[in-house]
Amino acid sequence: MNLKTSRLLKTVFLSEFVKSLYLAFIYIFKRRATVNYPFEKGSISPRFRGEHALRRYPDGEERCIACKLCEAVCPAQAITIEAEPRADGSRRTTRYDIDMLKCIYCGLCQESCPVDAIVQGPNFEFATETREELYYNKEKLLENGDKWEKELAHNIRVDKSFR
Amino acid sequence: MDYAIYFFNDLLKIFALVIPVLISVAMIVWVDRRVWGAVQLRKGPNVVGPFGLFQTLADALKYIFKEVIIPVRANKVIFVIAPIVTMSLALVSWAVIPFSESLVVADINVGILYIFAVSSLGVYGIIMAGWASNSKYPFLGALRSAAQMVSYEVSIGLIIINVLLCAGSLNLKDIVLAQKSIWFAIPLFPMFVIFFISALAETNRPPFDLPEAEAELVAGYQTEYSGMMYALFWLGEYANILLMCGLGTILFLGGWLSPIDVYPFNAIPGPIWFIFKILLLFFLFAMVKAIVPRYRYDQLMRLGWKIFLPFSLFWVVLTSAFLYFFNLLPA
Repeated sequence: MNLKTSRLLKTVFLSEFVKSLYLAFIYIFKRRATVNYPFEKGSISPRFRGEHALRRYPDGEERCIACKLCEAVCPAQAITIEAEPRADGSRRTTRYDIDMLKCIYCGLCQESCPVDAIVQGPNFEFATETREELYYNKEKLLENGDKWEKELAHNIRVDKSFR
Repeated sequence: MDYAIYFFNDLLKIFALVIPVLISVAMIVWVDRRVWGAVQLRKGPNVVGPFGLFQTLADALKYIFKEVIIPVRANKVIFVIAPIVTMSLALVSWAVIPFSESLVVADINVGILYIFAVSSLGVYGIIMAGWASNSKYPFLGALRSAAQMVSYEVSIGLIIINVLLCAGSLNLKDIVLAQKSIWFAIPLFPMFVIFFISALAETNRPPFDLPEAEAELVAGYQTEYSGMMYALFWLGEYANILLMCGLGTILFLGGWLSPIDVYPFNAIPGPIWFIFKILLLFFLFAMVKAIVPRYRYDQLMRLGWKIFLPFSLFWVVLTSAFLYFFNLLPA
């Protein structure tokens, strides 16, 4: 049978169509590739670079020592830091702002931090209704740190041997 | 007084038909999306209500609350009338569809001609929409759609003649009853396949959804429509699809008759068989949407005029000759 007749037979008997119909029917019973997003979520790597957070030591003292390495390394210049010596003589930030709209989520701030203070957590659901809400200040970042501390500490521990 | 009683009686009948039809239109939109999603390994709408059953109602509610935008340069009267024409014509055809031996709103003796006439009128809604929008894409989409629907109606007409030759009646009820011994889908199988494909083209379903080809025509004749007017087009389209499935069931799959006339099957009431067969056909419609790529315009015209039309004409000759020589013509 030459090519032309086989093609004609295929067209007349819709054989390719029937084959694809069968294939599509099988696919109906296959496992779904998607997840039910707001109710179930895909797994996230410990290296996931999501919303920022400022961490504290277990005794409640903030980790950040205002070295400004993150501010210097930030390619988007999203971080603004001002610092002064505190009454007890330690060097701390008086201002730590991140413009989440400028941020490109590269993770360099986290990598540059010598005391693991600024980190990017697993949270990616921080959409807001106004721009202003995305200009994070120190208070908001520390709050994030308190909220996600368990996950953040876990991620750092898991990823430590690869750093 | 008598007239009033007749009037309200008929009105009640109409509501008893139209409301279930509208609800089932909403349901098949959901079925369509679920099947489409399932084939593509997605979940499809599953959030609103149990299994997402109320998704279409939520969509309809959204459309109702959206603003209706009428373009400044549009012909406003025709622009507004067009979706109403499409929607109402899609519902009007249901009057003659028999759900069982007694369940039919209008038992007229030219039922099939009536359906054919009304579905031909359906082109007007689309032409009006395309012309009144006063815009490029709707205009081109409407032209394509009109040409497509007219072309495939010709072949559907010849296919129906095959069925009429076998049934010997234009009444849809008689056509169904003529299939008591054997469904017409079996002796006229090639015609059934061509009817199915033509029905896809007639209702602008993929692979023949050229009028709405989003890659080239944005949304075809619906481009300028918004809000409830867009929803009316959308509902009208699905009501037409449901109607075509119903017509296919009546002409080829024995309407409300059970597949075999033995106890557990013929105990199930007719309307349930009818709905089951419609759903089966619609499932095929939905599957086809998921698996085939869109036709090019010249391919579509070639298929309609150069293949389906001569073939169904040939089959008319074949059927009539067969019936004549074997003395099987219905009385």
